[in-house]
Amino acid sequence: MSDHITEIVIFTVLFLLVSGIGFVAARWRAPKDMAHLDEWGLGGRSFGGWVTWFLVGGDLYTAYTFVAVPALIFGAGAAGFFAVPYTVIIYPLFFLILIRLWSVSHRHGFVTPADFVRSRFDSPTLALVIAITGIVATMPYIALQLIGIEAVLKTMGVTGDSALARHAPIIIAFAILAAYTYQSGLRAPALIAFVKDTLIYIVIIVAVLYLPYKLGGWGDIFDAADKKFQGTAAPGDGILLNANNQIQYITLAVGSALALFLYPHSITGVLASKNRNVIKRNMSALPAYSFLLGLIALLGYMAISAGVKPLPGAKEGTVDSNTVVPLLFDQKFPAWFAGIAFAAIGIGALVPAAIMSIAAANLFTRNIYKEYLKRDATHAQEAQVSKIASLVVKVGAVAFIVFLDPQFSIDLQLIGGVIILQTAPAVALGLYTRWLHRGALITGWAAGMGLAFWMLWQIPNAATKRAHFGGSAFPLSEFGFDTKKTIYVGFVAVAVNLIVAVMATFFLRAMKTPEGVDGTTPDDYFADEGDPRIDKSQTPVDTVSST
Amino acid sequence: MAEPETPPPARSDRSPWNWLLIVPIVVPLLTPLYNHDSPRLWGFPMFYWLQFAFILLGVVTTSVVYRMTRR
Repeated sequence: MSDHITEIVIFTVLFLLVSGIGFVAARWRAPKDMAHLDEWGLGGRSFGGWVTWFLVGGDLYTAYTFVAVPALIFGAGAAGFFAVPYTVIIYPLFFLILIRLWSVSHRHGFVTPADFVRSRFDSPTLALVIAITGIVATMPYIALQLIGIEAVLKTMGVTGDSALARHAPIIIAFAILAAYTYQSGLRAPALIAFVKDTLIYIVIIVAVLYLPYKLGGWGDIFDAADKKFQGTAAPGDGILLNANNQIQYITLAVGSALALFLYPHSITGVLASKNRNVIKRNMSALPAYSFLLGLIALLGYMAISAGVKPLPGAKEGTVDSNTVVPLLFDQKFPAWFAGIAFAAIGIGALVPAAIMSIAAANLFTRNIYKEYLKRDATHAQEAQVSKIASLVVKVGAVAFIVFLDPQFSIDLQLIGGVIILQTAPAVALGLYTRWLHRGALITGWAAGMGLAFWMLWQIPNAATKRAHFGGSAFPLSEFGFDTKKTIYVGFVAVAVNLIVAVMATFFLRAMKTPEGVDGTTPDDYFADEGDPRIDKSQTPVDTVSST
Repeated sequence: MAEPETPPPARSDRSPWNWLLIVPIVVPLLTPLYNHDSPRLWGFPMFYWLQFAFILLGVVTTSVVYRMTRR
């Protein structure tokens, strides 16, 4: 542990610095009245271009991504690079589709995607389904952020013998995070994101200039990786894709992109911006992070070239490949720089964890508490419930990591991406049409979920020798095709979801089942900042408490 | 039937320029286009440098569409 004292000191100092920022954030762009969900949960819906860039960037590119994507490249090669096409195609999709969600939410004061679905399809039940799917998908994602921090702590040698001692630093870190999120709401991650992203950019730019120089150039790095993959028995690895994993690569990129924009935390980040132009401009600026992610991914190859050996995993005989990037920094850089890199990853976990817990809390408050428990809740009560819910969510995430095998969280995150995709017909298509019947959307969702779980259950993991939930690449031979090709589970499940929803719509129409009344008008999907109709729809009580 | 009030002109963000956004959605998914080692660029196999180039493609197309559809 003493070898790492410089790293630990720098890590701790930077961590405490951002914690301070988190508490001060409550007074940043301070509202007149914080006791309103728009203020606590959406930062007053007032963020401009720069804040949105840092906030959404810090939100979408999580610590886990920074640790797990290079780990995937380290282990499997080209297949892990799907993260780049995935984060290229996401922005045009945001530009076209999510902008409509911003407008209709701005016009009607929606805080969550389920709020929109409720009004669009006139169905609290469908909204409940969307909200629960969102919360369940988000929880393990928060837990995974802790795995990002843990990989760093492990590399610094901060481990103990008992489960409690080993997890003490994470529990402390999350307690601080919970406290300032409770106080400052979305303003805390927005302000901390500035520090986090600045650190990440500096660390990665230095790393990708310095490491290739030390390792003999990019050509040698790729050749070393190629040599390693040639020497392994695994059929799927290599620095290029092979005949069998290309469909998987494409469908995983598309599926992940769709899933990402349905995740409640991305929607929260987008709804917090102040107008349409801020979002549209950011779609041209956010790909800077994709560039960064591509470079970070390649750290996996640098680790191969530098001969990094991952630390042992939680179980006997396994390795924790998430430690390869922290180890690479530990071995190749002076201690003070490694300390900064570790702090960047650690702080990088806090921003998305805060936003995710806020997003999940908002779903609970708006679509469960206000809908089913207390219909006449005031804005102040909503904000209070959301604050408490965000604490509960974080305690839950810590419990996941402390009491369960971390592998369980990784499995759940895998499932999370697949199940959040099942909200696509209601949320994404719903922004264009309400042709699909509300009952049919629920039926399609159930079909998609059922199929997704069955498919994930069928997939074994060769590396850890487990029979189920071993990945998201489903062998097409299971459907009776005579091929070794694989496909992304979420993609198949959402396709089936949609087909079922269409068929059920025809059926419910034929049965003349009531369709409810659309609470939105076509014009709402283009509303922008300063829309004259916005205040009209609010009751006098609302106006008093929000101004 | 007389209209009581002239409604504000219907807003829309329809524009033929939006079709341009299909390009950065589809091109990064065409694996046969970039799944090759050579030509290498600064030591990067084509698989990697071309996908990095697609990021720029995304930036350029979204910027163009933004400028052309701004009012």
